[in-house]
Amino acid sequence: MNAIDARFDDLRRRGRKAFIPFVTAGDPDSDATKQFVASLVDHGADLIEVGFPYSDPIADGAVIQASYARALSHGLRIDDVFACISHLAELPNVQANRIPLIGMVSYTLVYRRGIASFVEQAQKSGLSGAIVPDLPVEESDELCRQARKRDFKIIQLVTPTTPRERARRIAQASSGFLYCVSVTGITGARATLPTELVEQLAWLRQQTDLPLCVGFGISKPEHAEQLRSIADGIIVGSAIVRLIEQAATCPVEQVAQAIGSFARSLADALNPAVDSPAG
Amino acid sequence: MAVSDSLMQVPTDEGRFGPFGGRYVPETLMYALNQLESEYRKACSDPTFQEEWNRYLESYVGRPTPLYFAARLTREAGGARIFLKREDLNHTGAHKINNCIGQALLAKRMNKPRVIAETGAGQHGVATATAAALFGLECQVYMGQEDVRRQRLNVFKMKALGSEVIAVQSGSQTLRDAINEALRDWMASVQNTHYIIGSVVGPHPFPMIVRDFQSVIGRETKKQCLEQIGRLPDVVVACVGGGSNSAGMFYPFISDEAVELVGIEAGGRGLNRGDHAATLNYGQPGVLHGAFSFVLQDEDGQTAPVHSVSAGLDYPGVGPEHAFWKESGRVRYGHVSDADALEAFRLCSRLEGILPALETSHAIVEAMRLAAQRPPTDAVVVCFSGRGDKDCFEVARLQGEDIADNHSD
Repeated sequence: MNAIDARFDDLRRRGRKAFIPFVTAGDPDSDATKQFVASLVDHGADLIEVGFPYSDPIADGAVIQASYARALSHGLRIDDVFACISHLAELPNVQANRIPLIGMVSYTLVYRRGIASFVEQAQKSGLSGAIVPDLPVEESDELCRQARKRDFKIIQLVTPTTPRERARRIAQASSGFLYCVSVTGITGARATLPTELVEQLAWLRQQTDLPLCVGFGISKPEHAEQLRSIADGIIVGSAIVRLIEQAATCPVEQVAQAIGSFARSLADALNPAVDSPAG
Repeated sequence: MAVSDSLMQVPTDEGRFGPFGGRYVPETLMYALNQLESEYRKACSDPTFQEEWNRYLESYVGRPTPLYFAARLTREAGGARIFLKREDLNHTGAHKINNCIGQALLAKRMNKPRVIAETGAGQHGVATATAAALFGLECQVYMGQEDVRRQRLNVFKMKALGSEVIAVQSGSQTLRDAINEALRDWMASVQNTHYIIGSVVGPHPFPMIVRDFQSVIGRETKKQCLEQIGRLPDVVVACVGGGSNSAGMFYPFISDEAVELVGIEAGGRGLNRGDHAATLNYGQPGVLHGAFSFVLQDEDGQTAPVHSVSAGLDYPGVGPEHAFWKESGRVRYGHVSDADALEAFRLCSRLEGILPALETSHAIVEAMRLAAQRPPTDAVVVCFSGRGDKDCFEVARLQGEDIADNHSD
C-alpha cells in the first residue's frame, strides 16, 4: 500500500488531521534540510512535502522562489535533490513513523528527465507521490499513467475559481489526496482565511473520497483551528520557509529548533488532544 | 498548399501549435485563461470591436506604416532590393503598440479596470502605459530591478503616462523575473485585472492573441508589396526574441510557400551557454512561463542565463508557434552576433538616416547577407521593428563614449 494512503487511513481511524509542512531540498544545504525534516517530524508532522528547486517557479510565491534560488546558487543539481530525499527517507523518525515524503516539482524538470524516469527515480529515492503545480489536469494524462503503474501518487489542485464540472474532473484524476487552494493567488503567509472555502470543501466532500488538504497561505495556529473541522489536513509552506531563511545568519540547529516549535504550535492546534505519533 | 494551410490552422482548441504551446500554469490561472479565450473569440467575430481597433490603429498609432525601399542599403549589399517595413514609425516607436491597443480594448470589453504588464528594456511597458492612459485604465508594470537601473528614461516615460513601475528584486532581476511576478500578480487579481503580455509567449491564448494583433504587419506588407513591386517578396527577415514582430510579419505569409521566411535570434558574444539568446538554434524543448516550446536550459531543465546587446532579444524562451514553424521547416532561424548587429546599427544610420533598434539591427545584418547572394530583381523585406533612440546610451557606452544621463538634456 502506498505510504500516503496508509497514513490517511491511519489518521482517519484515529480521528486526526494531517499536518503537512513543506521544505525546499538543499536550502541552505542538504544536511540542513535533513535536520529541519527531523525536527518537523519530532514536532508533529504527518507527511512532508519536499520542494525541487527550479529557476522560474510561477506557481510559487516570492518566499519559496527565493528559497529555490538560494539552493540553486550553490550549484544544486536534480540528482542532489534525489540524494537529499534518500537521506530524508532514511531518517530514523521518518522510518519509525512511516512518514510519507511528497515531491513538489515544476513540470519542466519532470519533462527534461523524462516522465517515466522521473517517476522511477522519485520513487526509488523515497517519494510516495508528487505535486506538479504547473501541470493542469488536461496536460497530466501521461504523468498520471506512468505514476499509476508504480502506485506513485499525483496530487492535483483545486482552487476557489475552478468551476464545479472541472473540479470533479480534477478530483477524479488526483490520487493520494486533493490539494485545495485556500485563496486565489500564490503561496505566501496570509493574515486570515477566506470563508467561501468552507462551502467548497463541503461540496468537494460529496464528490470524492480523497482526503481534502488545504494549502496556500496557512501560517497561524488559528488557521489550523479553523480548518480542522472541515479539512483532512493542512499544508504549510511559506511560513516554514520564512524560518529557513534565517539559516543564512543563524546556526542550523537553532533554526531547526524554531521550525520545530512553530510546527508544534500548528500541529497541536490541528489535533488538540495531543496524541502525536512522533511524540 | 495543403501543408502550409495546416500550418495556418493553429492553435488547436487546446492551444497547441503541433506539440508546442498549451497551458502549463497553476490551476489558479485556468479560469482567467478560459475567460480571456472566450472573450477574445467573441471580439474576433464582433465587427464593432474590429472597427474600433482599426480606427485606433489608423488615427492613433499611425498605421499603415510605410514599406520603404532602402536604396543605399541595397547598393551597399550589392544584390537584391531591400525594403523596410517601418514599424519604427508607429506611435511609441515600435511594433509593441499594435498588441497593446488590441489587448487594452479586450480589457475594456471584459470590464477589467486594471492592466498589468512585464517589460524588459521598457518598450512594451511604455506601449502598455500608453494604451492604459488612452483608455483610462489603471496600470502597473513589472520590471526587473536591473532593467529599471539601465532604462531610466523608459521608467520616467511610464510614470509620466500615469503608470506605476514595480521593480522586481527576485532572481536575475530581468525580463524573465518580471514575467514571473506579473503572472503572480494576475493569479491574485484576475477578477479585476487583465495581463497584457508583450510577446507571443505564455500560456494559451496569449501566443495566438498577440500573433493575431501583430499580424497587421504582415497583411500590410503583402498589400504594399503587390502595389510597389507587383508581387510578393522573395525573402522576409525579422528578429526573434519572444518573437512578436516576426510572428506578426510571418503569419500572413505562411501559406505563400514561395516566400522564404527567416527569423534571426541573438548570437550575442559567442555560442557558450550564457553568452547568447539563440533559443531556437541552441535550446531544447521545455516549459517556461506557461508554454511548451524551446528553452535555453541546462541538463536538469533549469533556465540558462542569456545575453544579448539588445535587451528585447535577451530572453531564454521563444513563442511556441516559432518552435512549430522551425520543426515544420517553414521558417529558417539563424543568429547574428552583437558585433555584427552594432555594425548594422551604424551602417543603417549613416546610409539611410534611420537609427534602427538593436533588435532590428540583427535582422538588417541577415537581410544584407541574403540580398548580396541574390539578383537585383529579387526583393528582401526586413521587419523594421523599432527605432534605435532607446539604444543610443548602450551603443555610445560600447563605443567608449560618455553620453550618460547626467550630461543629457
